[in-house]
Amino acid sequence: MSPRARTPLTPASTDPAKIRNFCIIAHIDHGKSTLADRMLQITGIVDDRSMRAQYLDRMDIERERGITIKSQAVRLPWEVDGSAYALNMIDTPGHVDFTYEVSRSLAACEGAILLVDAAQGIEAQTLANLYLALDNDLAIIPVLNKIDLPSADPEKYAKELASLIGGSPSDVLRVSGKTGAGVEELLDRVVELVPAPQGDPTAPARAMIFDSVYDAYRGVVTYVRVVDGKLSPRQKIQMMSTRATHELLEIGVSSPEPTPSQGLGVGEVGYLITGVKDVRQSKVGDTVTDQVKPATIALDGYTDPKPMVFSGLYPIDGSDYPNLREALDKLKLSDASLNYEPETSVALGFGFRCGFLGLLHLEIITERLEREFGLDLIATAPSVPYAVTTDDGKFIEVTNPSEYPTGKIKSVSEPVVKVAILAPKDYVGTIMELCQSRRGILLGMEYLGEDRVEIRYTMPLGEIVFDFFDHLKSRTQGYASLDYEPSGEQEADLVKVDILLQGEQVDAFSAIVHKEKAYAYGVLMTERLKKLIPRQQFEVPIQAAIGARIIARESISAIRKDVLAKCYGGDITRKRKLLEKQKEGKKRMKMVGRVEVPQEAFIAALQGDEEAKKKP
Amino acid sequence: MAGPLPEGRRPAPDGSLPAGITPNVATPLSADVHVPYCRVRCGYCDFNTYTSDELRGSRRDTYVEVVAREIELAHRVVGEAGGLRPLHTVFFGGGTPTLLPAHELIAMRENLASRFGISDHAEITTEANPDSVDLAYLEELAAGGFTRVSFGVQSVVPHVLATLDRTHDPERVGDVITAARSAGLNVSIDLIYGTPGESLDDWRRSLDAVLEWGVDHVSAYALIVEEGTALERRIRRGEIAAVDDDLHADMYEMADDIFASAGLEWYEISNWSRTAETRSQHNLAYWRGHDWWGFGPGAHSHVAGARWWNVKHPAEYERLLTSGITPAAGYEVPTAEERELERLMLGLRVSEGVAAGAVNIATVTELVETGLLNDEAARTGQLVLTRNGRLRADEVVRRLVETSD
Repeated sequence: MSPRARTPLTPASTDPAKIRNFCIIAHIDHGKSTLADRMLQITGIVDDRSMRAQYLDRMDIERERGITIKSQAVRLPWEVDGSAYALNMIDTPGHVDFTYEVSRSLAACEGAILLVDAAQGIEAQTLANLYLALDNDLAIIPVLNKIDLPSADPEKYAKELASLIGGSPSDVLRVSGKTGAGVEELLDRVVELVPAPQGDPTAPARAMIFDSVYDAYRGVVTYVRVVDGKLSPRQKIQMMSTRATHELLEIGVSSPEPTPSQGLGVGEVGYLITGVKDVRQSKVGDTVTDQVKPATIALDGYTDPKPMVFSGLYPIDGSDYPNLREALDKLKLSDASLNYEPETSVALGFGFRCGFLGLLHLEIITERLEREFGLDLIATAPSVPYAVTTDDGKFIEVTNPSEYPTGKIKSVSEPVVKVAILAPKDYVGTIMELCQSRRGILLGMEYLGEDRVEIRYTMPLGEIVFDFFDHLKSRTQGYASLDYEPSGEQEADLVKVDILLQGEQVDAFSAIVHKEKAYAYGVLMTERLKKLIPRQQFEVPIQAAIGARIIARESISAIRKDVLAKCYGGDITRKRKLLEKQKEGKKRMKMVGRVEVPQEAFIAALQGDEEAKKKP
Repeated sequence: MAGPLPEGRRPAPDGSLPAGITPNVATPLSADVHVPYCRVRCGYCDFNTYTSDELRGSRRDTYVEVVAREIELAHRVVGEAGGLRPLHTVFFGGGTPTLLPAHELIAMRENLASRFGISDHAEITTEANPDSVDLAYLEELAAGGFTRVSFGVQSVVPHVLATLDRTHDPERVGDVITAARSAGLNVSIDLIYGTPGESLDDWRRSLDAVLEWGVDHVSAYALIVEEGTALERRIRRGEIAAVDDDLHADMYEMADDIFASAGLEWYEISNWSRTAETRSQHNLAYWRGHDWWGFGPGAHSHVAGARWWNVKHPAEYERLLTSGITPAAGYEVPTAEERELERLMLGLRVSEGVAAGAVNIATVTELVETGLLNDEAARTGQLVLTRNGRLRADEVVRRLVETSD
C-alpha cells in the first residue's frame, strides 16, 4: 500500500516540480467516473461517508446516462517516497460530439491516462481522443479497467493497446475502478511518468481558460491552468482577447468541492470567479493576464466549434414558447457551443432553429430542456449546413431546408467527414454495405489485434445525421463504435424534397437529400403521413415534390360517416360529452390549409419508423 | 345505458329534484322501464344487463316489487315539484323485458297508470326477442294495455347472427310478427348493420326481409364495438375483422334507398316509419327534449333540464330502494352552452330538424354548400340534415358549435 497524502501542498506555493496535470481518456461506459471516484477516496479528499457514485458528475443527466458532459478539474494530494505531490485530474467527455471540450482539457495537461475496458477493448472515440493526446505530446499511461469482470481479457487488450501506442503489453496497468485494485499504483505511475509543468513564475501572469461553467448562485465559474506567473485573490485581471477587465472575487481549487486559496501558481489548475453572468464573457481558449502588468503574447487558443447539425426544436404546447426561449438562454450561459434562432413552422408553430456540435449534443440539450425545464419538445429531422450557389452566382448557406433557394442552382456542396468505425471483424461486410449505401468512400482498414478492425471512410455528414448510428448499432448487435471528424466539403447532386398536403407545403418535412434518394424519401413520407393523418371531410392528396415536379403521391379518402347511430336509452350526457371531447380535440389540431392534423401525427411522422428502431 | 356511467354530482338521498328545476306540465312526460335481464349476453352488447348467475342475490321474480318502490319515489318527487301529468309514452327496454311473464310487465304498466295516469292514445311498447314470445304472450300484453312491440331481429343471415351471439331462428320472425299483428300490436323491427363479416349482400337480405314482413316501423343501427365487450376482445385479438366505417356508410345508404322505395321514410337518423302516426313517440321524446323518468338499474332520466342516472347493479339498486334512498348515482344540470350543444345534437337527428337559433350563418352556408344541410330548410331558418349530413351529423354539430363560441 502506498502512503496516503497526509500533508497536502498548499495552492499558490507549490513547486511546479511537485505538480502533475493529467486527464483520463475513455469511452462511455469504460468506467472513467468510477475510477475517478476511487481516486477521490484513496487520496482521502472525499471520505467514505460522503462518497456517492460518479461524484464529479454534477448534472442528473450525467449521472444517469453515465457520461460526462462538462469537464471538471480536481486537485488530489498524493505522496511518493515521502515526498508530497499535487495531482490535478481533468475529467474529459468521452463522446465524439465533445472532441472540442476534450481538446481543451488536453491542452491543460502533460499526461493522459488511456482507460480501456478490459472486456471490450478500445473504441473509436477513444482512439480519436488518443490521437488528439498524442498530437499534444502528452505522456500516455495505458490502463485496462474492470479487471474484476469475469469476461475481462486483459492479456488480449494489453496487446492491442501496446500495438497502438508502442511499448510492451506488460507496461499496461490493470485496475478495477470498482474494487480499487491497482488505483494506488496508477497514481504512483502518474507521478513517475507525467512530466512536471514548465513555466516562468516571474513572468507576467498567463492562464489558459479551458472551461467555463454557469452556476445559478455564483455566476460564471472559470477553470484555468496557470502557465506563467501567479493569480491572486482581489487581483485585477484582463481577458487578452476582449481586453475586458474583472476583479478576482474568488480563486481556488476543487478538492473536489470549490476551496478558496491564496492564489494559483505556475502549472496549477483551479477556478476563478469574477461575478460575470455569461460564459461568453469568459471565453474558453482565452488567456487571463494581469491588468497592471499584462503579458504581451496570448497563449494558443482554440477555434470556436462550428455547429455541424441543425434541428428545429418546438414546444409541443405552443404556450411553452417563452419558456423554451428562457431555457435556451440559460443553457447558453454554460454551453457556448449552442446556437439558436427563432423559427416558425406551419406544422409545429413557434420554435427555434438550433445548431449543435453533433447528434449526441442535440440529444443531450433536448433532454436537459425537457428535464431541467419541464418542457415537452419535438425536434425536426437533423440536417447539416449546405453551401448553395445559384445560377446568378449568389452564395447561400442553408442550415434549414426552408432556406433552400427556389431558383436555378449551379451547385450544392455538403460537409464531409472522416469516419472511423471499430468493430469485430465479422461485421466488416455489413458495415461496408451500410457505408456504401450512404455514399461512403473507403479510405482504409486496419486490424487492431486479432479480431477487431478499424474501418475508415469519408462520408457526407448528412448521411450520418439521419439514422446512420441506429443502423450501425442494429446491424452489429451494438458492437460497432463510431467516430467522425470534419473533412471539408464536396459538391453533390442534392435536391430539396417538399411534402405537400392538399397542395400546401408542410415545412417540417422538407428535406435536402441526394437525388437518387429523393424518390425513396418521398414515398416513405407520403406513406407515413397517409397512415398518421386522420380522414377529413374531403379527400386529401399527399404529395412529395422536387420544385414543381411531383415524385410521389398518396391520398386520404374523405370521411363518409361519423355519427353515433344510437343514444342508448336516453344517455344524452354521454353522447354530449363525446362531442365535447371531439371539439376539444379539434382545438389542438394544426391547420395545413384546410386540413386538420393532430400534432401527434406530425410528431409521429418526425420520429419516424418506430418499428425499425426496435429491431435489435 | 351502455358503458360506464357519466360522472355527475351526488343526488339528494330522497331523490328530490335539484334546486331551481321546475317541471313544466305542458311538456309531455314519458316512462322508460329498464329490465336488466338476459338469457345470454350477446358479444356486442355493453348494455346494463345480467344473466342469472351475475345477479349477486338480486332476484328476477321480485323485480316488479323493487321497481314499484321507484315508481312510488318518482311519483312523490315529481308531485312535490308540481310536475305530475299523465304519461305520454311508456317503453319497456332491456335487457329482455319479455323474460318476465306478461302479467308482470302489465303490473308495472298498471302501477304507472295508477300513479301518473296514462294519456289517451299513449304508446306503450316493449322490446322483445323474436324467440322469447308467442301468440298467447302477445295477446296477453295487448289485452293489458300494450300497443306496440319492437323485435330485436338484427339480421336474418345466420353467420351474422352467430357473430352477434343471437340465438333466434330467422325463419320464425315472420310468424311472430304475424302473431303480434293478429294480437293488435303495432310492430317495429330493430336491425344492426356492419357486423364483422357482413357483406352488402348479407345486409340486403335483411332489408328485403323487412319489406317482405311489411312492417310500419324499422330501426337500423350501425354496430358500435364498445370497449369491454367480447366482440371488442375478439377484434383486438384479430379473430374477426374490424368494422369499416365506409362499409357502414354504404349500408346506411342502401337501407335508406330500400326503405324509401317501400314507403318507409326516415324521421330520425336511425329510424324509418310508414306514416307520421307509426313513428315511435317514445323515441322522439328523447330528441325533442321531453321529460322522462327512467326506472331500473342504470336507467337515465331527464326532467326540465336536469339529467340523472341510476346505479348499475340490480343488487345495489334494490338495496338503496328498500332503504328508502334514491337509486340515482349522479346528476347534472347542463350549462347554457351544454344545453345549446344538446339542442343541436338532438334536434338535428330528426327529419323536422332544429331552429338555427344563434348559430353562425356563414357556417350554415358552408354546410349547405358541402351538401350536409338542406338548402330549402336553411332559407327558412331551420337546420335539416341531408342524407350525407345524416352520416356525418357529429361533424355538423361540431362545426355549428365551434363557431358559436
